[in-house]
Amino acid sequence: MKVSIDPITRLEGHGRIDIFLDEKGNVEKAYTEVPELRGFEMFCRGRKAEDMPIITARICGVCPEAHHMAAAKALDMAFNAPPPETAKKIRELLYNAYIFYDHALHLYYLGGIDVLMGDVPKEERNVVGLIKKFGIEVGKGVIKHRRYAMEIVKMLGGREIHPVTAIPGGVSKPVSEEERAEIIKKAESCIEFAKKSIEIFKGVFETKRWNEMLGLDTLKTYYMGVVDSKNRVNYYDGDVRVVSPEGKEVYKIKPEGILDYIEEHVEEWSYVKFPYLKEIGWKGLVDGKDSGIYRVGPLGRVNVADGMNTMLANKEFKEFRKNGVVHETFGYYHARLMELLNAAERMHELANDDAIVGGDIRTMPSEPGEGVGVVEAARGVLIHHYKLDDKGLIENVNLIVATTNNNAAINMSVANAARKVIKGGKVDDIILNKVESAFRCYDPCLACASHALGETPIIANIYWKGKLYRRLKKDA
Amino acid sequence: MKRKIAMYWGAGCGGCDVSLLGIHEKLLDLLDEVEIVFWPCATDFKYEDVEKMEDGYIDITFYNGAIRTEENEEIAKLLRRKSKIMVAYGSCATEGCVIGLANLYDREEILNAVYLNNETTPNEKKIIPRGKGEEVKLPEFLPAVKTLEQVVKVDASIPGCPPPAPVLEEALNALLEGRMDFGKEVALCDECPRKDTKPDKIVIDRFYRWHEKEDDGSCFLAQGMICMGPATRAGCGGECTSAGIPCTGCMGPVPKVKNQGIAMLSAIASIIENMDEEKERAIIESINDVAGTFYKFSAAKLLPEGRFKDES
Repeated sequence: MKVSIDPITRLEGHGRIDIFLDEKGNVEKAYTEVPELRGFEMFCRGRKAEDMPIITARICGVCPEAHHMAAAKALDMAFNAPPPETAKKIRELLYNAYIFYDHALHLYYLGGIDVLMGDVPKEERNVVGLIKKFGIEVGKGVIKHRRYAMEIVKMLGGREIHPVTAIPGGVSKPVSEEERAEIIKKAESCIEFAKKSIEIFKGVFETKRWNEMLGLDTLKTYYMGVVDSKNRVNYYDGDVRVVSPEGKEVYKIKPEGILDYIEEHVEEWSYVKFPYLKEIGWKGLVDGKDSGIYRVGPLGRVNVADGMNTMLANKEFKEFRKNGVVHETFGYYHARLMELLNAAERMHELANDDAIVGGDIRTMPSEPGEGVGVVEAARGVLIHHYKLDDKGLIENVNLIVATTNNNAAINMSVANAARKVIKGGKVDDIILNKVESAFRCYDPCLACASHALGETPIIANIYWKGKLYRRLKKDA
Repeated sequence: MKRKIAMYWGAGCGGCDVSLLGIHEKLLDLLDEVEIVFWPCATDFKYEDVEKMEDGYIDITFYNGAIRTEENEEIAKLLRRKSKIMVAYGSCATEGCVIGLANLYDREEILNAVYLNNETTPNEKKIIPRGKGEEVKLPEFLPAVKTLEQVVKVDASIPGCPPPAPVLEEALNALLEGRMDFGKEVALCDECPRKDTKPDKIVIDRFYRWHEKEDDGSCFLAQGMICMGPATRAGCGGECTSAGIPCTGCMGPVPKVKNQGIAMLSAIASIIENMDEEKERAIIESINDVAGTFYKFSAAKLLPEGRFKDES
């Protein structure tokens, strides 16, 4: 018997979950498939290198800044044009505004609904239901602060969605004193909003229902994330650190070396590949020290780091990590909240730095070559690798995106949650939503993951002895 | 009664979905006027819920994303049947957007590049995802990217990648009033902040790429940098040109012009008019990537069957 959820919802992109039940109606196995592919690796060939930050932003409209920056950083290296301090700081400021609005989107519009709303029918599981439950003031606060962060992105990046200003060697537009003053004001308000958000979610973290959610899935995997020179979380720049399931540092890699440590496995049932640590190897969809599967994103970053680079977020970090690395998949939420606060604090800090209004914003490129750009997308480590020909046209492209890194883990988490909640063949809208809530922890972006091919949604078909037995409605 | 609205994504990036949230506080007013009956990005309604609806049940469907897989096409047809008004929302649905550049290549070339000839993918068994027999079915990757209009009847289109907030607000107001006429009829140059520095006759020896040259703040074409402004529909207010980057054409062609690339090439032709052959060649060679420059957002419309080779 097969139960499908099609499309999976409240995420970015297409996905489908197929759950196979045994004779007793318990879960035998589950697949989370991505039925979409777009082919960026192919059609980026032959394009002008400086177009890459603009073209690859279109891999994802939820995290275009991540692709924009990974592309620009790969080109900084390919053209041997390290950006001046001011340009770097403008990029990092833009980047933190992006992390802030993207996390706010997940916490209040997408996955966070599962945490804040609880087991309610599907008609109420959305932002409209959330506003009804928590009041219009909370709703207005969410909208206003996402707007603030997106306005900062527009100020620095030229556009709210798909920014354009990161160019090889720097940025195309400086920051004025007026803009700086406005950013400082908005960042202050964002810090208060993040504090309030932590309070709202912590209200749930103290309930019995939260313990049940934490119990849905635990995976003892490796973790990967970018850290600064003091091993603190940094979204824009740093080395890639990998820790073992026990929390011990296994690798600390310069961005340009990262591709020597990762390989990707292909399965016939998903367009999205399954990356793993090359040295540990692919052992199938299993966790533990002997399996090369690793996790990225908020939980990955917070598990590999020794702290956060701002004061208030670091306090949250200490509380969260007091017993070492956290393996519960729903731990992604607390990690995401502390990053929301961290991003707001970091925006404030960077806007207050006098270098931000400097006039030296670009280094002119030299001869084209090869470059790797690594950033932390909201959903995890993102790698762009380009080879340029002597005219500065793209000869070869390889992209390893955040959600792809989590593909194996997402599949395991969905299967584990399904095993916990589906018993004796009983399935309804609320039960299936618990299964979906497991993948939402990762805030998957299947548009990113399917940059190569396409996308999938989630449905529920029941297959009995190899044949379609019943088409289950999520509201059955 | 509240109007029933659906928002769906085909092969897109999600930016269109985010752009609908990008009207910010006005979203609350919109929600007073409409009921969302299907929007996978933000609500939990499934395909079955749509299948159950009577034909014409949805007042307006906003379809963003292009048609890349058979699933994209099936859902487009399903939503067309269930909707009174079908709107192509954003560049992918109207023009094919950057993913239309995939029509420069064969489908098998794309699959090979991703799964077989990829330096981090050992793939010793040479697996290309095609589904797992009866157990897991993957929708077919179609031979070429199509726009929504190439698959179903479209009643109105909202341009942009994604539609900028002012363009979107005007379109939403019009559509909710039952009007299909919205958007500007002129080219971007008309509203570009650099407009005053655009010369009547552009005189250059070659094109420069924007990373090669310091921007002096004047018209990009006058500086010798290719800017799609003359061939691109106005509406964004010149967001990119204000930020130091030439227009790349995401708003699509000016209404009544079908082929954005040809429109831009004819603007370029006027630059090289009466030049000697050698100079002309130097200018053309300095373009470098013809398809990616002039058809960055509209290659799917130009090459609906795909498999066109760029010989430039």
